[in-house]
Amino acid sequence: MQTATQSHQGVITGQAQVAFRNFNFYYGEFLALKNINFEMEKQKVTAFIGPSGCGKSTLLRTINRMYDLYPNQRAEGEILLNNQNLLDPKVDVTSLRARVGMVFQKPTPFPMSIFDNIAFGVGLHEKLSRADMEERVHWALVKAALWPEVKDKLNQSGMSLSGGQQQRLCIARGIAVKPEVLLLDEPTSALDPISTSRIEELVIELKNDFTIVIVTHNMQQAARISDYTAYMYLGELIEYGVTDELFLRPKKKETEDYITGRFG
Amino acid sequence: MELLARRKLTNQVALTLSLAAMVFGLFWLAWILVTVLQLGIDGLSLSLFTEMTPPPGAENGGLLNAIVGSLILVGLGTLLGTPIGIMAGIYLAEYGRYTWLGRVTRFVNDLLLSAPSIVIGLFVYAVVVATTGKFSGWSGVIALALLVLPIVIRTTENMLMLVPGPLREAAFALGAPKHIVIYKVTLRAARSGVVTGVLLAVARIAGETAPLLFTALSNQFWSVDLNEPMANLPVTIFKFAMSPFEDWQRLAWAGVLLITLGVLGLNVIARVLFRAEKLH
Repeated sequence: MQTATQSHQGVITGQAQVAFRNFNFYYGEFLALKNINFEMEKQKVTAFIGPSGCGKSTLLRTINRMYDLYPNQRAEGEILLNNQNLLDPKVDVTSLRARVGMVFQKPTPFPMSIFDNIAFGVGLHEKLSRADMEERVHWALVKAALWPEVKDKLNQSGMSLSGGQQQRLCIARGIAVKPEVLLLDEPTSALDPISTSRIEELVIELKNDFTIVIVTHNMQQAARISDYTAYMYLGELIEYGVTDELFLRPKKKETEDYITGRFG
Repeated sequence: MELLARRKLTNQVALTLSLAAMVFGLFWLAWILVTVLQLGIDGLSLSLFTEMTPPPGAENGGLLNAIVGSLILVGLGTLLGTPIGIMAGIYLAEYGRYTWLGRVTRFVNDLLLSAPSIVIGLFVYAVVVATTGKFSGWSGVIALALLVLPIVIRTTENMLMLVPGPLREAAFALGAPKHIVIYKVTLRAARSGVVTGVLLAVARIAGETAPLLFTALSNQFWSVDLNEPMANLPVTIFKFAMSPFEDWQRLAWAGVLLITLGVLGLNVIARVLFRAEKLH
């Protein structure tokens, strides 16, 4: 797992957390992801960029097997999470999702209090005493940089918060379960610039504890916060590598066209 | 300029027409309400709530047995139909959305939803009344429950379908099993809509006459025994309004007013609940 795969340029020097091997994905008969091979490093931020419909969100949603919810979607090949193939039918998706958290494009607070929003996920996987649960909620809210804003209203509805706060609540909810990997699906596309920069700072902060995979429409965002970037087009991984390299000296013509804005 | 003037004119015409349509619709509704109020208010008195329905020729009398009977029948009918309806709605929205069984159930439910209530009444008559050999409160409860059922199924399903997909996915993404996602997240998000549906179903059955005419029938006396025929407002109204006695007709109008006010109250509660949740 220490070596980079042959088919792409991704140079992984540290330890791989998530690795795709000969991975294909289908919507019904349609082949949406074609032979994906690459590895994502532990405690780094990896960004997926590419034009709309290129498959970057689809790829992200395979890492927690979100596609399992839909009858006509299926995957082939291997996705290794710490060397264990998570596509194996024996893998229990509920415990997999405790290890791989996810935050969505639009904030999705549950219709319950701020406290319960966070305790909900934790309670699914751990039996904690009231005091321990309070400590965990506090920990998650501090980590998500939301504690000072909500500490006096933990019993209020999560829906009463602003959009940016709701998104940080969703991040807190995800990390409260203490996953290894955190998936972010365009987490700032519905937010204003100030909320966006707070989330970006938070993402950089969080990589000390979690491996982060982020899908973004915004190339500047990828350049600002990610360590590695994957450029995708039409269901294929075109180029993968260290973010600065990919943006400054792209190896493929397609990548260069996209990041210089000539196309996409 | 010419184009702009024409657009404004078109807008004026369309606005006037739709306004006229609205006034036309509201006019009859207001007329009905005013008539019910005028004629019903005469019969409103304390004895309405303290005395039984009178025998022919007797002075005064009230509607106590019919009011209580209606409350029992509607209450039990709702209690019986609602849980089944909510569970069936959950099945249709969350489990059977893409399945063959789900599609068939949805189609049959639509048929049931638009079935005339007299058909339901005759069905329960044939299945329950004819086999047990007598009219009874229970058969009325069953008929009303059958009317509640499709309404609750439909609204529960619709309200669950309105819950945004990402909210459902977010709960799954935390590793929640399906029953917990439904129970703690989607059903909770759809709660006010489901309650509204139940209240509207209650409002609907509160005034149904046909299904009770063949099942609970009516009862001139005080009876809360569900194995016996049971007095209720709609059938009493039907009987009294057709009678030649002025006293009875007055009681019928008072009963109409009571039902109307009850239904109006339920609708107002449903709206308030729905809006409170929206602002939440």
